[in-house]
Amino acid sequence: MGSQTSALKDHFRAGGELGINHIKLGMWFFIASEVMFFGGLIATFLNFKINSPTLEGELLDVTLVGINTFILLGSSFAVVLGLDAIRQDKPRQLAFYLGITIVLGVIFLSGQVFEFRSLAAEGLTLTSSVFGSSFFTMTSFHGLHVLIGVLWASRNFIKTLRGGYSSSTSIGIELFGIYWHFVDIVWIILFTVIYLI
Amino acid sequence: MTNEEIMTAPIRWRRYFKWNTDHKVIGVQYLVTTFIFFLIGGVLAMMMRAELAQPGKDILDGAQYNAVMTNHGSVMIFLWIIPVFAGFANYFIPLMIGAEDMAFPNLNAASYFTFLLGGLVMMGSFFLGGANTGWTAYVPLSIIAPDGQTIWAVSLILVGTSSLMGAINFMTTIVTMRAPGMTFWRLPLFVWGMIATSLLVLLATPVLTTGLILVILDRVAGTVFFDANAGGDPILYQNIFWFYSHPAVYIMILPGMGIISEIFPVFSRKSIFGYRMIALSSLAISVLGLTVWAHHMFTSGLNPGMRVPFMITSMIIAVPTGVKMFSWLATIWDGKISFTTPMIFALGFISLFVIGGITGIFLAAIPFNIHVHDTYFIVAHLHFVLFGGSVSAIYAGVYYWFPKITGRMYNETLGKIHFGMNFVGTLLTYLPMFLAGMLGMPRRVADYAPEFTELNLLATLGGILLAFSTIPFLYNVIVSLAKGELAGSNPWRGLTLEWQTSSPPPEHNFESSPLVTSGPYDYGSAEGAQELLELAPAAGD
Repeated sequence: MGSQTSALKDHFRAGGELGINHIKLGMWFFIASEVMFFGGLIATFLNFKINSPTLEGELLDVTLVGINTFILLGSSFAVVLGLDAIRQDKPRQLAFYLGITIVLGVIFLSGQVFEFRSLAAEGLTLTSSVFGSSFFTMTSFHGLHVLIGVLWASRNFIKTLRGGYSSSTSIGIELFGIYWHFVDIVWIILFTVIYLI
Repeated sequence: MTNEEIMTAPIRWRRYFKWNTDHKVIGVQYLVTTFIFFLIGGVLAMMMRAELAQPGKDILDGAQYNAVMTNHGSVMIFLWIIPVFAGFANYFIPLMIGAEDMAFPNLNAASYFTFLLGGLVMMGSFFLGGANTGWTAYVPLSIIAPDGQTIWAVSLILVGTSSLMGAINFMTTIVTMRAPGMTFWRLPLFVWGMIATSLLVLLATPVLTTGLILVILDRVAGTVFFDANAGGDPILYQNIFWFYSHPAVYIMILPGMGIISEIFPVFSRKSIFGYRMIALSSLAISVLGLTVWAHHMFTSGLNPGMRVPFMITSMIIAVPTGVKMFSWLATIWDGKISFTTPMIFALGFISLFVIGGITGIFLAAIPFNIHVHDTYFIVAHLHFVLFGGSVSAIYAGVYYWFPKITGRMYNETLGKIHFGMNFVGTLLTYLPMFLAGMLGMPRRVADYAPEFTELNLLATLGGILLAFSTIPFLYNVIVSLAKGELAGSNPWRGLTLEWQTSSPPPEHNFESSPLVTSGPYDYGSAEGAQELLELAPAAGD
């Protein structure tokens, strides 16, 4: 079906022609699978919320978690600024913004731990009811994703300080950004589903 | 090395036992490992057939039978059919699209070892009181099953994760690594089959992971998702499970249909009929496949009004499947057919899969479904699809590509004996099950009423024939590997790119980057005929 030309060239030529970077594309496919994973958890939560509604939702502290939501949104904004900085070859600024991301991520996690503890004090736990089971499972898996993101950001932070990124080698920051924005968007959906509606 | 040196070089065995990022090595690792699991699953099947040969409890008690049955199903589905296609895809996607390797070679090796770990964990679960709930692991049974059930669920999460890594890799490779001139409409149909499969894996497998995590949490952490006493919802599990596991049927058949689409044009010496329709029908099956899951739950107490839409979508799946069937028949129609082993396995695939497919349409009809629910009719249907269909396609693929992977020809006579035993064995094993099911024999029980004795004895005899059919196959593989005739680059005169390099291919697949100028099955067209004259000579030329 074909003859053969001279030496092998760029392996990802076809992706280049489509304007698609293979690493980013792989990341997007991974995100697609993550969407379905959280989709299953959200569907579980909604199933119980609709078919066996309880008053336990009133134990939730919307104000505290609302603040936490803005903290996570802020951290996403910091990643955007960091990516913009490294595209202009400003690694010190990138390190600054990654530092902010890490701090905000840790604050979010601390807020979640605080929330879990106060709910437990009021008797709402993983095993207390279907609401407790689905609430804690879903938010904990999100928290786990935030934790992984914080670890990833810390690793990128160290790599930035060692001069590992420049405007031409910023793919690692971009990948982290895709992941972190995804985790952020999942939280916005969870916040809406759990606390607002 | 020149082609001649590659083809006659001794096999370098050690790399198959190590972390190796060459897609061809990983492909062989997958193919061999999954075949070993197939034999293990086969032994479990024979234990069941031995128990069922006569009524009464002879060999296994009820609990043992349940554990054997559960692990037979999960080994065959998760450790054989799904991953064996990952093996073919690993070996042949880069070759077929003219790439040097996969997009993420290390992720690729990681996916194999995750699969292997998952398989070993599943084997290990047997020693903790095996999972005994059937491969569906319905709650609340799977919550109170022995500890092995937890380990079993963990093994499925591992295998599913491996499958996801593979899907990400296949999709990225196909999109970004095609050779110059290899447009999407020139992709071989096996590659199209893997696109459809990978999309399903990406969208469906994570949902199974969710469901298994919920089961594990209910078992070990005391959550109450499925505990009806505490307001939990057992039907929720069925929805989550079938949202994955019905698409899983397409994950297990679409790559096989791709292999069949490779084989028919080559051995009919004709361009494939309806290339684009076959490619698009795979995608249509993927999309529709995500909308049919509740047809497994017609007797679960769904809102009766909800059953009708699922009946309709399930029946619509027959349309893209029919498109493929008729396109294949039109491809071999008036062709210059050579009845090689891969070709007769492909023809066998058509006749066996049609039986499985048409009974699937019966089952989509709500009244009939309720009548035969949980009977042997279901067992017969799914085995015609997965054994008559998928396994025939796998064997066809193994024979078709054996010369490419090993550089040597297999023995045709032994191949045909294997086909005969496999084909007759399939019909003899599974046809009686349709009858038994229609007459009301329930599935998943170790004992049965005496009136089903003859039908079960027939099925057991067929099973024995199937077990013995692996002997000529394995003998053929081992002897041909050692002393088979050298195959040459292109023994079948195939036009797809994997045949345009040595057998086995060199480390980076092609001596120089391929430039694609025509479609994959252009037999008879001006360019295709010209290409054919330029192909590398086959053995015996």
